[in-house]
Amino acid sequence: MPAMPKPVFLAAGAYTISLGPGRREFNPRTPRPGLEHYIQEAGRATLAQISDPGLIDEGVIGNFMAARFNRQGHLGSLMTIVHPALEYKPALRVEGACASGGLALATGIKSVLSGLADVVLVMGVEVQNTVKSLYCADYLAGAGYYAGERKAGPAYFFPGEFSVRAGAYGAKIGPALARQAMARWYKNAVENARLNPSAQEYHNTVPDLLAQGLTPPNPRTFTEHLNLSDCSKVSDGAAAILVASAEGYRRLGLAREDVVEVTGFSQVAANLTTPPPDLTEQTTSRVAATRALAMAGIQAEDAGIFEVHDCFTISGLLSMEALGLAEAGGGAELVLSGATERAGRFPTNTGGGLVGYGHPTGASGVRMAVDLWKQLTGRAGAYQVPVAREHGIMASMGGNDKTVVSLVLKR
Amino acid sequence: MDLNSRLQQVAVVGAAGKMGSGIALLLALELGYRALERPESTFILNLIDMNDAGLQGLVRYLRDQAAKDGEKQINRLRELFRNRADLVDNEDMVREFVFEVLLRVRTGRTLDLARESLLVFEAAFETEDVKLSIYKDLAGRCRPEAWFLSNTSSIPLQALSEACGLQGRMIGYHFYNPPAVQKLVEVIAPSSCSPELVQVAFELARLLRKRTVPAADIAGFIGNGHFIRDGLYAIREVERLAPEHGLVPALYMVDRVSRDFLLRPMGIFQLMDYVGIDVFQLITRVMTKYLGEDLHSDLLERYLALGVKGGQTSSGAQKPGFLDYQKGRPSAIFDPDAQGYAPLEGPWVLAAAARLGPTPEPVLSWKALQKDPDAGTRLAAWFQAIKGMDTLGADLARRHYQASRETGLNLVRQGVAGSAEDVNEVLKLGFFHLYGPITEYM
Repeated sequence: MPAMPKPVFLAAGAYTISLGPGRREFNPRTPRPGLEHYIQEAGRATLAQISDPGLIDEGVIGNFMAARFNRQGHLGSLMTIVHPALEYKPALRVEGACASGGLALATGIKSVLSGLADVVLVMGVEVQNTVKSLYCADYLAGAGYYAGERKAGPAYFFPGEFSVRAGAYGAKIGPALARQAMARWYKNAVENARLNPSAQEYHNTVPDLLAQGLTPPNPRTFTEHLNLSDCSKVSDGAAAILVASAEGYRRLGLAREDVVEVTGFSQVAANLTTPPPDLTEQTTSRVAATRALAMAGIQAEDAGIFEVHDCFTISGLLSMEALGLAEAGGGAELVLSGATERAGRFPTNTGGGLVGYGHPTGASGVRMAVDLWKQLTGRAGAYQVPVAREHGIMASMGGNDKTVVSLVLKR
Repeated sequence: MDLNSRLQQVAVVGAAGKMGSGIALLLALELGYRALERPESTFILNLIDMNDAGLQGLVRYLRDQAAKDGEKQINRLRELFRNRADLVDNEDMVREFVFEVLLRVRTGRTLDLARESLLVFEAAFETEDVKLSIYKDLAGRCRPEAWFLSNTSSIPLQALSEACGLQGRMIGYHFYNPPAVQKLVEVIAPSSCSPELVQVAFELARLLRKRTVPAADIAGFIGNGHFIRDGLYAIREVERLAPEHGLVPALYMVDRVSRDFLLRPMGIFQLMDYVGIDVFQLITRVMTKYLGEDLHSDLLERYLALGVKGGQTSSGAQKPGFLDYQKGRPSAIFDPDAQGYAPLEGPWVLAAAARLGPTPEPVLSWKALQKDPDAGTRLAAWFQAIKGMDTLGADLARRHYQASRETGLNLVRQGVAGSAEDVNEVLKLGFFHLYGPITEYM
C-alpha cells in the first residue's frame, strides 16, 4: 500500500448538539430547526476558527436521506448558505448510507491530493426527527438492498439486521458473554456522553447503566437479540471540519499543533445485494482498516485514540475486532476488560460515539473525525483523555458493513 | 348466527358523541383487521348521528387513531400484508390499513342506515325518552335477528326493551369513558335476554380486549350505583359543613379530601364535572324512578338553575362546573351566592387547608401509587395514619371512606353486584381508583 502522495491535514472541527429523544430540549410535538439550521451552525463554527473563509476552495457534504426525511435534495447547493464565500465554488453532496460523512471526508482528501484544492470544507448533516421512529426505520432501510431484502425484513429493519448479527455472535462466544459486553459498551457510551454537552445522552440520569444494558431483549415489541439501549437513537445534527494541504492550513492562520495529519485512509464498498460472508465479522470494515493502517504504516495498537461506528452496541464490539484490536470473537472480552474505556489502553468513542452522542446518519463520519481531531489536539474539554500515542483511528460504516471509510490520523 | 357473521353488519347509533366515537373506533379497528384476515367476507360499520359535523370529525378521528393502532401493531400488519408485493415500507402498510378501516365505515344521519345491521350499539343521550324513541324506530326497521347493545349507564334494560318491543334482543353494554382506553365493560343482561346474546356479548368483549363485570338489571348498575350515591354523599357533606365554614370552602374541603386523603385520581366534584352535572342529575332521576330511593338534591338543582353544568367540549376540554379549570387542573370554585368563580388562591384557600390539617407523611399521590408495586402496603400505612389523626381532614376522610364502603356493601346486599370483588373491579377499572370501596383499610 503506497503512503499518502502528499501530506493532508484536518483542522477546525465543530459539531452541533445531537437533538432527539433523550435531550431535555427535545419535544416531538413542537417545531424544530431544519437542515439549514444545522448546516449553518456547524459550518459557521468551523469558519469561526480560521482567518478567511474566502480561502476555502470547495465544499463537500455527506448526507444519507434528506430527500425522504426533509423532502430536500441538492444539498451541495444548500451548503453554500454557510457563508457567501462558498458561492460559485465547487460543492457537492455525497451519499453512502451511514458512511456518508466518511465519504465526504474521503472526497475532500482526494480533492486536496489532486492538487485542485488546498482547503475543503467537509460537512455531514442529517435531520431525522421529522417522522416517527417507525417511519425513520423505513427510510434508513434504504441503506440495505431494498428490492431484495426490505419486504421480508422486520419493521425495524436495521435493528433487525444487527439483531441477527448479535444472535450469531452470541452463538459463537456464548449469549451471556455477548450480552454482558453489549451492556458494558452501552455503559461506557453513556458515561462518555455525560461529559459531552452536545451529546444526545448528555442528560441521561439512568442510575444503573449496566442493569439497563442487561435488559433482556423483547422480540415481540422490538428485536430478538437487541434491546433499545443497544441502539443509537434518532438524531438531528451536523458536523464540519476542514481538509487542507500543508500550505492550505498555514494560509488559514493555523499552526501544526492546531491540525492533525491524515497518514492513511481507505474507502471500500462491498456488494449490497449479497448477505455478509460472516455474520460475526465486519469483513468490509476489516478490509478498510487493513488498507488504511498499511498506508499509514502502523498497527492498530500503535494508536492511542479510536472512533468506531457503534450504530448498535454489537457493531461496536465487531468494529474493535475489525480494527485488529481483538481476535475474532475476542471483542467482548476486550470491552469487558475495560480496554475501551476512557482510562483504558484503547480509549474509544470518548465523546459518546453513536450510542452516546447520537447518530445523525450523514453527519456521523465527520463527527468522528472532529472528535479524533479534538482529542489529538487537546480540545475535547470535559471529555478530553490523555492520548498516550500519537495516532488516532476512525472507521465510518454504511449499512450492514457495505461501505466503509477508515482514516488514520496523527497529531 | 355466530359473532363473525354478526360483525359483518354493525351499527353505532349516537356515533359522534363522546362514548359513541370511542365504541365506533373499537369496532372499526376490529373490523379492519378482520377484513384483512377474512378477505372472503365483507364487514360494514354503519355510524349514525344527527350531527353531520360530528360525523366528519369522527371519520377524521378514526383515520388518526387507525394510523396509531397500525403503527403499534406493525408486526401484525407486516404479516397480514406478506403477500402484497406493492406494500413494502411500514408507511405503505399503515396507510393501507387506515384505508381498510375507513372502507368499513358508512356514515349517515338516519336510523335507516342500521336496517341491515345485526349488532346495533346505542350510545345516545342518557334519557329514557331519547332511547325509547330510537329503539321504537329501530324495532320497526331492523331485521328480527338483530341484537341491540345499549351503552346506558343507568336505565334498566328489561323496562327499556319491553317498552319498545325488543325483549330478549337487548343487553346493557356499558363502556367507560373514554371507551378506547378504559378496560371495563359492565354487562347487564335483563331477565328476558337471550342466552346467545349474553354469550356473544362476552365473546365480543374479549375480542375488543375489555374486561367484563356482570351487573344486575337494577337502575344505576354497579358504576353509577356507587358514583351517584358517592356524589350525593359529598353534596350532603358540603351542606353539613357550609354553616360553619361557608359553602365555597366546604366544597373545596370535601373535594380535596376525596382526592388528596382518599387518593383518588380526581376530587369527587371534579369527577361530577367530568361526567356533567346535568348528566348526573338525569341519572339520579332514572334511579329515583326505578328504585324509589330519594336521590334529589336541592343544592344540585340550584347549581343547574344557575347554568352550572360541567361536561366537556367537543374537543374534550373540561367545561366549568362546580370547579373551573385551567389546563385541565382545578383553578376556581363556583360561588352560587356571588354567581361567579372564586379563584383557588389567597387567604381563604390557605385558611380552609389549615382547617383540614396535613395529610400523613410521606405524602402519597394517586399518580405515583399507580405504578408502585408496593401500593397496597403504602395505602395500608397511609390509612392507618389517617385513622390516628385528630384533624378535620382526617375526620372527613374517615367519614367519606365509610360512606363509600357502605354504598359498595349495599350494592352487594341488594344483588346489584354478585360480589364485593365485582364492585371493587368496577371502581378500579372504570374509575381508576387504587383500591375498591369494599376494603378494610379503615
